[in-house]
Amino acid sequence: MTVAVIQFGGSNCDRDSVRALSHLGIDAERVWYEDGLPDDATGVMLPGGFSYGDYLRAGAMAGRTPILASIREAAAEGLPVLGVCNGAQIGCEAGLTPGAFTVNRSARFQCERIHVRVENADTPWTAAYDEGTVLELPIAHGEGRFEADDDTYDRLVEEDRILLRYCDADGAVTDAANPNGSRANVAGVLGSRETVAVMMPHPERATLPDLGGTDGTGLLRGFERTTATV
Amino acid sequence: MTEYTATVTVRLKRGVLDPEAETTQRALERLGFDLDDLRSADRFEIDLDAASAEEAADRADEMAERLLANPTIHDYEVAVEDR
Repeated sequence: MTVAVIQFGGSNCDRDSVRALSHLGIDAERVWYEDGLPDDATGVMLPGGFSYGDYLRAGAMAGRTPILASIREAAAEGLPVLGVCNGAQIGCEAGLTPGAFTVNRSARFQCERIHVRVENADTPWTAAYDEGTVLELPIAHGEGRFEADDDTYDRLVEEDRILLRYCDADGAVTDAANPNGSRANVAGVLGSRETVAVMMPHPERATLPDLGGTDGTGLLRGFERTTATV
Repeated sequence: MTEYTATVTVRLKRGVLDPEAETTQRALERLGFDLDDLRSADRFEIDLDAASAEEAADRADEMAERLLANPTIHDYEVAVEDR
């Protein structure tokens, strides 16, 4: 079982992701995007960073590379895919997940610890938690405001595809607890299959105990709960 | 074949928050300017050869669809002129 952590020019969380997954006993390796999706990959992680300098829009360039077409096909067959931060932006740009992550309400880069509430615990990524569990996770992004049109948002709610919402420490979803102005505090969503998820917070930065919190562990363990291969 | 310049203008859909434009507007107001609203847009000028202006517009339209605009948040328009 090997999770392919896809490295683009400008990715900067690829090593952290491999280290966090390895810490959990999940075999992971970095894969340069031009080398293509390995045949033995049992999952794909799209890591954070600033692929292609966020030119045009964050994730726009990486989202249109050939490896994303391969990942889209594999994801449709059930391969687990997790996009984090820039990986989430790439996932939306590539059409793996609906909506878009765009400029923060503050128009600033924000690097802080926030809380999110698990909205759907019936997915591989959230099976370690209960619905309503509050997680403390780091964010570090300038373009993390989730946007979706009314039809898309309503469909996501109806199909229970909102994974995480920003909340306060007690789990209340309030505007004050919304760090970036995301629609309805959405911090993470599912693709058309529950094995595909994207999120702006960084679970890999909340996995190693030395980093001051391990709330992200369960999210990464989603790779252990799915068995598909390419 | 004729040489054209296709101009693709990409802007946020009405109602989508534009924090950079709001910040720019506030900066103008601090400089003493009086304005009601400010919107920003990205403009791409694409030089290309095509058999007709229609073909040039079609190709620029596809570029906007596939990369330059994100349909979730953007509207765009294409204008073509001889180069």
